[in-house]
Amino acid sequence: MKDSFKHGVHPPENKEETNKLPIRQFTFAPLIILPMQQHIGAPSKIIVREGQEVARGQLLAVADGYMSVPMHSPVSGTIRKISKVPVISGQMTEGIYLEPFPSSGQEVSEGSPVSLDASPEEILKGIQDAGIVGLGGAAFPTHVKLKIPDGKSCEFLIINGIECEPYLTTDHRVMLEQADDIFMGIRYLLKSTGAKEVIIGIEANKQDAADLLTQKIPAGMSVTVKVVPVKYPQGAEKMLITSLLGKEVPSGGLPIDVHAVVVNVATTAEIGRLLPHGQGIQERVITISGPGVKKKGNYLIPIGTPLRYVLEQVGAADNISEVYMGGPMMGVAVSNLDISITKGTSGIIVFGEQDVSKTDKIFPCIKCGACVDACPISLNPSKLGILAKAEAYETMADDFHLMDCFECGSCSFVCPSNIPLVQYFRLSKSILRKRKTAKPAAANV
Amino acid sequence: MFSKTLHISTSPHIRKGLSTDTIMQNVVWAMMPVVIFAVFSFGINAFLVIATAVISSVLTEHALCKWSKKESTISDWSAVITGILLGLTLPPIFPLWMTFLGGVFSVAVGKFVFGGLGYNLFNPALVGRAFLQAAFPVAITTWQSAFLDGRFFNITSSVLAFPFAAPKVDGISGATPLSAFKFDHVVTDTSDLALGLVSGSTGETSAVIIILGGIYLIARKMMNWRIPASILSTVFVLSGILYLIDDKIYPSPLFMLFSGGLMLGAVFMATDMVGSPITPLGVVIYGFFIGLLIVVIRVWGGLPEGVMYAILFGNALTPQIDNFIRPRVYGTKKIKS
Ligand code: SF4
Ligand code: SF4
Repeated sequence: MKDSFKHGVHPPENKEETNKLPIRQFTFAPLIILPMQQHIGAPSKIIVREGQEVARGQLLAVADGYMSVPMHSPVSGTIRKISKVPVISGQMTEGIYLEPFPSSGQEVSEGSPVSLDASPEEILKGIQDAGIVGLGGAAFPTHVKLKIPDGKSCEFLIINGIECEPYLTTDHRVMLEQADDIFMGIRYLLKSTGAKEVIIGIEANKQDAADLLTQKIPAGMSVTVKVVPVKYPQGAEKMLITSLLGKEVPSGGLPIDVHAVVVNVATTAEIGRLLPHGQGIQERVITISGPGVKKKGNYLIPIGTPLRYVLEQVGAADNISEVYMGGPMMGVAVSNLDISITKGTSGIIVFGEQDVSKTDKIFPCIKCGACVDACPISLNPSKLGILAKAEAYETMADDFHLMDCFECGSCSFVCPSNIPLVQYFRLSKSILRKRKTAKPAAANV
Repeated sequence: MFSKTLHISTSPHIRKGLSTDTIMQNVVWAMMPVVIFAVFSFGINAFLVIATAVISSVLTEHALCKWSKKESTISDWSAVITGILLGLTLPPIFPLWMTFLGGVFSVAVGKFVFGGLGYNLFNPALVGRAFLQAAFPVAITTWQSAFLDGRFFNITSSVLAFPFAAPKVDGISGATPLSAFKFDHVVTDTSDLALGLVSGSTGETSAVIIILGGIYLIARKMMNWRIPASILSTVFVLSGILYLIDDKIYPSPLFMLFSGGLMLGAVFMATDMVGSPITPLGVVIYGFFIGLLIVVIRVWGGLPEGVMYAILFGNALTPQIDNFIRPRVYGTKKIKS
């Protein structure tokens, strides 16, 4: 069995500036902005009214159906306004403006605990009630992901501690500082998935975390900690499954098709910390780094803290010109500093004016093959790029597996001609999806 | 605070940082020793031929861009490469007006009509060279001996021949090792070949210097080493088999490797990324076909040299190879083709 997936790239890691810095609590901002759409699925439904006083940890909004999660108050304070709030996509969505009390403390109100003896369904319900979504960045509701479809069975529970994105060190710190929460989380996950084996996958640049977790494995729990080579995108679910199990998830399929469930390590810790107390997510660990900030570090930041406030606190340079939420490979560029931290924010990377290369001139594809050698799923990004330019979207999907592309960015990263390949693929996919939904509708007329 | 408008880009937000014009520039640097050796061994004639080829290629590229109202693309350095390669494949005493025409043809027909850099099917310099071979069969096979006295000062009269005047063939032409072998069965010493102490096109004579340029590019990851490796090993193995069968009729494999334009072609022409396949297996197949054709043409064909045609043939096969060789996509069983 090979110990890693094929191809991939090696971007500069840039983790050494923050990976030794312990997680620090962030101060409360004078105003908290909470969008109700922080996850994939239906927005949470607000159950509080303007002017109401709420306590830290109190339920502010409930899940709107199965594909949704509730939202808890990150601070004790007063609901100032319920209206549209800005989000990273540039749109405005329903949200809450919350003004913390001047002396809002750290204590959190408790709900009804979920015990380890609970049934798998009760645990999944508890995970949903805690408002937990994938903290690695995808923000997919965790209880949906953990639900084993009828007729399938879960054998391997994989805890993803890879964190292959450059700059980010949140998972690294969580593993070093919250080992007990992680193993508690694993207990709940074992119970809900029925998995027989637990594998914690960690990249070789976090050997200290691997050693610590190996040491701390509770007696009687069968967990293997596996160290895998440093290579982007090692943390992508399918790549990690291949590296750890030597199996490939079928095209268009899910990890459960090879009897695996993959959960991010910080999400696991959150489950282990919240469920025993029946609490919901109020804050998360975020790496703040990049050449544009002075006080780099790993911070525990209340959900809803405005980005502008965060940047002021960490001494961001006045001339910052690029800010990303998430890592530099897959993160999203911010256009408006008035958005706030959400559950899916794993990092904030800041570049000053002087750190951004001027213009990356775009040349034609010279068929150098660098992208082909980089793509972790062996697509031909060069060909796909040419087809995208020719607007041959159907050919891209039917003959060149466009829909398998998970937008990891490896191809664009290596392309010497600076062709925005991933951007082409995102657009092509969304056009195809629109066409697909448009067709049956047209047939009905 | 934070008064600046934020710059928005799509992910990934970082790049490896090797850009196409840098690669092209480095190919030019890697060819410089070959050019310098050409001028050293063939004198001012070679200098004039190479310079003319470069100037005409770049001028043509610039003029065509202007004419089609596009931004000039000469800064991507690809026209310079085309010019140098064309110059290196011509005899040192090739008339300059023909050279100029070759440069125009290379860029206009070899590249521009296909849509410019990246869209050309064939190596532009070889298209120009093939045109010259067809148009001026005599001039292109008239050679100059290397290391003539006074080569740095005396311009051979045919070089400056007036356009369309029948060039006077000077008496200094020296047969190339390949034609000597093919037509008179004279075997040149392999070490003379490797070091470039023989007659030939301006840039094809010193295999050692060409290989050094290739090693530089391979070390900087700007060249696919599989292409020269595949071509050279195919030629070596095939001609080795023939040599074992009958060493009286067939040339030795070392002679095959180090003579003619093989080294120049394998290292600097077949490796043109645009005209070669995109997958690792694809380029190995491509190299095999080129090597095979070189041996066939040299041994059984009517011409002493086949590298140029073999590479053009390889270029023509490339779209087919890319269509046929498709790596299995992750999570799929069958290869779609
Ligand atoms: S973005 Fe898509 S095509 Fe590009 S390397 Fe990643 S998976 Fe392959
Ligand atoms: S890396 Fe860029 S230039 Fe090279 S083959 Fe891929 S798309 Fe073309």
